[in-house]
Amino acid sequence: MSDFAFLSGNEAIAYGVKLSRPHVIAAYPITPQTKAVEKLSSFVQDGELDCKYMHVESEHSAMACSIGSSSVGARTFTATSSQGLLYMSECLPYASGARLPIVMMNANRSIATPWNIYGDQMDSMHVINSGWIQLYVEDAQEALDMVIQSFKLAENHNILTPVMINVDGFVLTHTYEKVEIPLQEEVDNFLPEIQASPHLMSDDNKTSMCISAGNQHYMGFKVKQHRDMFKVFDELKQIDNDFHKAFGRNYGSAVEGYQFEDAEALLITTGSVTGTVRVVVDEMRAEGKKVGVVKLRLLRPFPAGDLVSKISGAKAVGVLDKNISFGYEGTVFTNVNSALFQKGASLKTINFIGGLGGKDITKGNIRQMFQTLQSGEGETVQYSNMGCTL
Amino acid sequence: MSTNTKLNARKLDSTENFYGHKACGGCGESLALRLALKVLGDEAYLSLPAGCMAAVSFIYPNMAFKNNAIITPFASTAAVTTGIAAGLEALGKKKPLSVGFAGDGGTADIGIQSLSGAIDRGEKFIYICTDNEAYMNTGIQKSGLTPFGAATTTTPSGKVIHGNINEKKNMFEIVAAHGIEYAATASVGYLEDFINKVQKAKDCAGPSYIHVYSPCPTGWGHGSEITVDLGKEVVDTGLWYLAEFEKGEFSLNLKPKDFKPVKDHLMRQNRFRHINDEEIKMIETTRDAKWAKMLKNWNI
Amino acid sequence: MKEFKMSPKPMWNSLGDIPMGSSCPSFHITDINAGWRVFKPVVDLEKCIGCYRCYFVCPDGAIHMSDDKKADVDYSFCKGCGICAHECKPKAISMIKEEK
Repeated sequence: MSDFAFLSGNEAIAYGVKLSRPHVIAAYPITPQTKAVEKLSSFVQDGELDCKYMHVESEHSAMACSIGSSSVGARTFTATSSQGLLYMSECLPYASGARLPIVMMNANRSIATPWNIYGDQMDSMHVINSGWIQLYVEDAQEALDMVIQSFKLAENHNILTPVMINVDGFVLTHTYEKVEIPLQEEVDNFLPEIQASPHLMSDDNKTSMCISAGNQHYMGFKVKQHRDMFKVFDELKQIDNDFHKAFGRNYGSAVEGYQFEDAEALLITTGSVTGTVRVVVDEMRAEGKKVGVVKLRLLRPFPAGDLVSKISGAKAVGVLDKNISFGYEGTVFTNVNSALFQKGASLKTINFIGGLGGKDITKGNIRQMFQTLQSGEGETVQYSNMGCTL
Repeated sequence: MSTNTKLNARKLDSTENFYGHKACGGCGESLALRLALKVLGDEAYLSLPAGCMAAVSFIYPNMAFKNNAIITPFASTAAVTTGIAAGLEALGKKKPLSVGFAGDGGTADIGIQSLSGAIDRGEKFIYICTDNEAYMNTGIQKSGLTPFGAATTTTPSGKVIHGNINEKKNMFEIVAAHGIEYAATASVGYLEDFINKVQKAKDCAGPSYIHVYSPCPTGWGHGSEITVDLGKEVVDTGLWYLAEFEKGEFSLNLKPKDFKPVKDHLMRQNRFRHINDEEIKMIETTRDAKWAKMLKNWNI
Repeated sequence: MKEFKMSPKPMWNSLGDIPMGSSCPSFHITDINAGWRVFKPVVDLEKCIGCYRCYFVCPDGAIHMSDDKKADVDYSFCKGCGICAHECKPKAISMIKEEK
C-alpha cells in the first residue's frame, strides 16, 4: 500500500526525487524552490537517500556539476527558479546539446526588475529555446509523479534530453495537498537503474564530449537533436500508460482537455491555474454555457497536432499566458496561433495575459475571459485583472 | 628544486595521451598538458573550458585526447570536474581521478567562483591552470593574470597608456587561502619540478591546484623555439617563482643566487618591447618586494 | 610513443549517421600536422646522446626515444617549432628548411 501525506508542491517534488534514487543532486537555494532542496538535503543527511549532494556556490555551477555527473552516466537532479534559471541558462543548451538526461524542477517565478518572488512563467519562457523538454504540472501529485516519469523519459535512449518540470511558484510550491506517495519497491520496478548511453564518458569507452563542430557539421548535430525531440510525444504516452498500470494514475497525453469536445469557447492553460478554470467551467456549464479548458502539459516539444485536434471545433479560443514576450504577446499564444495556422484551422483567438508576479487570477477573471471569448470582442491581446486602465 | 624529485623524463610513461592537437607550434600550454597526462595516465577524466586547449583538441572529427574528456562552459571548469568525480563516485568507482585544465582567464577571471566553490567542497579533484597571461584563444586580450607592462590587444602600448597598468592577480595565494590540501606554482621551464608536483597532486586525498607558467609564442611574440627557455628564464629573473603550499605552510622550491637581468628577458618578447627603463625599474621593485616577503615568511 | 591508428573521416548520409549528442570517441585522429612545418628537425644520430631532453620538451609529443635510445621524430605530427633543437645540449638537432 502506498502512503498518503499532506505535502506542499516542493515536498512532493522532493519525495518524487527520493523515490527515483538519483546518484547526484547539485543545487543552490532560491525562493520559492528552497523547501524542495531542504527536504532533499534532510533525506540525505538522515541517510534516507543515498546520493551525493553537492553544495554548489551558484546555479551556474549547479547545472555545470549536473553536466559533469550526468556525462559519466549518473542519474542527476537539480532544482532552481527565476533568476537562478537565468543564471544557469548558459549551461542549459550545453546539457541538451550533449544529450544529458538531467531532470530539473523549476519553481516558476517572475523575473526582475522590479524584484518579485511570486509566481508567473516568465522564467521558463525565457529558456524555451534551450533544448530542454518543458513540462508544466497542475498539482502536487502530478509534480511528484512527473519526477518519476521524467527520469524515465529523459533516460530513454531514443530521447536522451533533459527535462524541466515547471511547478508554479507559491501557488503549487507552498500550498499543501493530500498526496499519494508510491512505494519504493513499485517505483524501483517502474524506474530501474539508469542505463548509461554509449555516447557518455566511461572507463571502457573513452569519449570526448561537448566537442566543437565547424560549419560543415554543426547544423547536422542540431537538426538531429531537434528531430529527436518529437519522439517525446509517443514515449511519454507509453510511459504514462505504464505509470497507470503501476500506480493507478495517469495524466493523458501532452494535451489534456476538460469539457472540450462540444465547447464553443475554450481556454488554453498551463500549470496550476487550470484547477481554477475547471471550477469555472463546471459553474458555467451548469448555467448552460458551452465552455471548456485545454491544458498544455508540454510546451517543448510543442504538441501542435494534439492541441489543434482538441481545439479546432471551438468558435473562439483564449490563451492564458503568465508571461509576456515584450513587444509582441504571450509566448504560448504565439505557439498556439502557429499550430492553428499550420494545421489549416481558422478560428478566433484571444490572448489573456495575467498572473504576472503573483497577481491573482480569480474565478471572476476567468469567467470574464470566457465571456469575452463568447462575445468575440476586444483587443487580440488583453491584460487580466490589471486594476487600472491601459 | 623540489627536494623529493622522483619523476624525470626517463621515468615518465612513454605513451602519449595527447596527440595530433592543433595548438600553435611551440605552445607552452600544450606541453604542460601533455606531460601532466603522462603522470595522470589515461584513466583520468579531463575537463577543459572553451579556450585554446579545448579549441585545438576537440575539433570534430579530430579528437586529440586518449582520455575521457569534456569541454565545459567557460566559467565551469571546476564545477564540471567535481561533478564528474561525484558522478563516478556515486556510481561506485573507487578514487576517481578528475582533472580540470584551464587557462589564466578561465581560472582567475570567469572561473574563479566555481573554482572557489569546488575547493570549498573539499572533495578530491586536481585543477591545473596553464597560465599564458592573456586570452589567447580570442586574440590576446588582457586577463586578470596579464602582468604589468605587457601589451595585449586590449591593453596596447598606446600614446598615453603603455600596456597593462595592473599587477598580475595572485592566484596561487588566493587558492592557498582556501586551506586547500595542496597548491603549487610551476613553469614549463622547470619540467621535472612540474611533473613531480602533478604526481603530488595525484596523490592528494582532497583538492589540489597547480599554476604552471606557460609561454605563448603567438600571444607574446617570441620565437616558437624559446618557449621552454623563457619558462626557465622567468624563474631565474625572479619574475615567477616555484613554490608549494602544503599543510598550511608555504615553501619556496628554488631561490636563484642572483636574479638574471629582467630587461634582457622582457626584450625577448614583443609584448614588452615598448616598455622603458622606468617601467622596468617598477617591475624590479615589485619583484623585490615580493621576494622579501616570501623569504621572510615562507619556508626555503 | 603514439598508440593509435588514424581514423577515417566520417561520412554522413542521413541523421542516423550523426553521433548522439556532441560526442566523439576519444583519440579519434583524422588529420596529420606535417603541413604546418616551415623548418624540420633533423637528428644527427652520431651526436645524439639519448638524454631524453627533446622528447621531454616537445609540445606535440612528436619525438620518442627509439630502442637504441636515439631521438626519433614523427614527421606526420611535428610542427617544426624548434624547441627540440634549441634545447638539445649536444646540438644534435638541426632545423632544416622544408622544401615544398
